[in-house]
Amino acid sequence: MGKLWSILLVTLLLALPVRAEEDIVLGLSQAEVSITTNFDGSEILIFGAVKRETRIPDGPPLQVIATIAGPSTAVNVRRKEKKLGIWVNTDTIIIDRAPSFYAVATSGPFKEVLNDIEDLRYRISIPRAIRSVGAPMNIKDAPSFTNALIRIRSRSDQFQLLENAVTIDEQTLFRAAINLPAALTEGDYTTRIFLTRGGKVVAQYETAIDVRKVGLERWLFNMSRQQSFLYGLMSLAIAIAAGWGASAAFSVFRR
Amino acid sequence: MQIYLPIAEVSVNAFLLLGLGGLVGILSGMFGVGGGFLMTPLLFFIGIPPAVAVATEANQIVASSFSGVLAHLKRKTVDLRMGTVLLIGGLIGAALGVMVFNYLKSLGQVDLLVKLCYVIFLGVIGGLMFIESLKAIRQSKSGKRAPRKKHNWIHGLPFKMRFRVSGLYISVIPPLIVGVLVGILAAIMGVGGGFIMVPAMIYLLGMPTKVVVGTSLFQIIFVTAFTTMLHATTNYTVDIVLAVLLLVGGVVGAQIGTRIGVKMKAEQLRILLAIMVLVVCGKLATELLFQPSELYSIGAVGGH
Repeated sequence: MGKLWSILLVTLLLALPVRAEEDIVLGLSQAEVSITTNFDGSEILIFGAVKRETRIPDGPPLQVIATIAGPSTAVNVRRKEKKLGIWVNTDTIIIDRAPSFYAVATSGPFKEVLNDIEDLRYRISIPRAIRSVGAPMNIKDAPSFTNALIRIRSRSDQFQLLENAVTIDEQTLFRAAINLPAALTEGDYTTRIFLTRGGKVVAQYETAIDVRKVGLERWLFNMSRQQSFLYGLMSLAIAIAAGWGASAAFSVFRR
Repeated sequence: MQIYLPIAEVSVNAFLLLGLGGLVGILSGMFGVGGGFLMTPLLFFIGIPPAVAVATEANQIVASSFSGVLAHLKRKTVDLRMGTVLLIGGLIGAALGVMVFNYLKSLGQVDLLVKLCYVIFLGVIGGLMFIESLKAIRQSKSGKRAPRKKHNWIHGLPFKMRFRVSGLYISVIPPLIVGVLVGILAAIMGVGGGFIMVPAMIYLLGMPTKVVVGTSLFQIIFVTAFTTMLHATTNYTVDIVLAVLLLVGGVVGAQIGTRIGVKMKAEQLRILLAIMVLVVCGKLATELLFQPSELYSIGAVGGH
């Protein structure tokens, strides 16, 4: 009897639908962004497909999230307060890590595409992408500082939440466009793609976009760091030459 | 036309910067001020990081002051001897000022102190100049000439020196002290100090207004060249592309400004400078007195 039961159990388990294996195949319009003198921002086109061995699983529809994050640094957020009739900076909070650029594109309303637990785990939404460990004891409303950072950076397009910006065809093909602003810092821009079903992440893919200064920009930047004295002298020489040149040009015109 | 600045790491409109440079250059040539106290807030406004704005501005002032001095030299309105004395005082003062600045930084709230310094100095200097030049204009209209101060305690001091271009025979002590004081303030406030130097030369040393402008520009060249080197080697914040865009406009502006300045009467020049100083003072005062639209600000960790 017991043997029969166990065989039955095994058959039942096998008959249960296994978790669908869905993988991401990704393409980017450019794997590197070159910052030249006339650099004026760049549009990154993200396109990809979902690779499956089985047929499309039933249940909640497939959703896609794409994020691009620039290099992170620690930042100071200061708040002004009125003291003795004038507005002065009083409280300061150090936010341990905040990306210089962060964009999230989703295929639907954010709350429907991803639940809070998964967001906490993968650090996908803008507030989660910022890490603020501890605030000094005397500051009670620490979240308002993080909110201020998000507000200020969102205003200059450094932080972007793009809901419904990813289009999905037949639960298989997806594409999105994310605009990088002109004020871009150098570094590896981590690009992540998440597939979700019912708010849960079912697949993840990560790659990097290389953002680099090239040509004259590269040369000047390197010189300012490596040969700073020479760089300073060069700046002064240009200034003196320009001053003299303008003076000479004007005296020619006047005669 | 957008241009990406390699050090500032932002993209800006080239024509806007050329225009700004030109405008500040005109003021520089007219009044003998470097224009840093006008340009730096403007650069903040178009999104240049503060550290880069301050350092690059110093480099641009070298260019526009040099251009202005050459124009003044042709008209023989630069007192090189007085300029050198002021410069020696200024460099001593700048060194002292850096020490004072670092001490204040260790106490915190240095930003506030700088702003208060600006408001008080600009307000007092601008106000006094405005009243004085208004009186001078009234007197010249009614035909009377302002009585020239002949002798005061300054003339009793030792180490007398003849400043031919300024028409002065005074002790070197007062110009040295003026140089030191302006140097200290310039280092604390992060500017060339022209807008303090010019009134000090007119009212404290009794130099003729026409000579003051060229002489002030002469000493500003050296102070700002020194500042540029300091910023370039310690903070790496001089953006040469930004500097070039600003100084092309600046040197042309300085030439035009000098020519406008020569055509104007001394008291008109003084009253215009006074108004300009008061406007900047008013703008800074409103920033301190009224609630800003954004209470929070973001800064790099480690910077000030």
